Amino acid sequence: MSTVRVRFFASYAELAGCETTAVELSLPATVRDVVRRVREQLPGTRALPERPLAAVNLRHVKLDAPVGDGDEVALLPPLAGG
Amino acid sequence: MTHLTRVPISIDDLIRAVGGPERGGTCVFLGTVRDAPADGGVTGIEYSGYDTMADAELDRILAEAGKRWPESRIAVRHRLGLVETEEASIAIAAAAPHRTDAFDACRYVIEAVKQRLPIWKKELRADGSALWVDPHGRPAVVGPPSPPPPV
Repeated sequence: MSTVRVRFFASYAELAGCETTAVELSLPATVRDVVRRVREQLPGTRALPERPLAAVNLRHVKLDAPVGDGDEVALLPPLAGG
Repeated sequence: MTHLTRVPISIDDLIRAVGGPERGGTCVFLGTVRDAPADGGVTGIEYSGYDTMADAELDRILAEAGKRWPESRIAVRHRLGLVETEEASIAIAAAAPHRTDAFDACRYVIEAVKQRLPIWKKELRADGSALWVDPHGRPAVVGPPSPPPPV
């Protein structure tokens, strides 16, 4: 099993009830698998959109992007910078 | 160097950072917190972000702009924390030998920021409520609800 760190921000952190969590996955796995596991672990995150914006290791990715052991996955609310 | 700051942005410092004798045009863009009287008034916005990614993303955006306008020099600062109405939340300065490139580079950076920067706004209303701003829809109330109107 591999461990991925998951970070939540802004409204998603409020839904999750935390800013970070860890999920264990068997590889190969994708961001979509991480989102699925997060929904199982943290009931509040079931209110997240079905296809949230995501980043892996500080870069925007699509949900079918692969994740590896030790990666940092972030689930991002609609961006509002500027 | 970080592009994020929790203190008011110095426009003079930003202009100095991009200036030079070979650059004859400098374009500055400021994004400021605006009031919304129709929605009951906005006193400020609390900015929060995925700091490390926002900084990395701004590095990438500036690198892209540097490739497109190689003779330009561009600097950007984005506020985090509480920014009061009329204060700048973002400032971009782009200097180039001629004005067209300065305007284009500055526009490129703000448009990329809007699309890619992992930063979020909680709008603070005059009635004490607070709302996460969703640029794609109506914000949801997350703070204390407004008191009922007087009878």
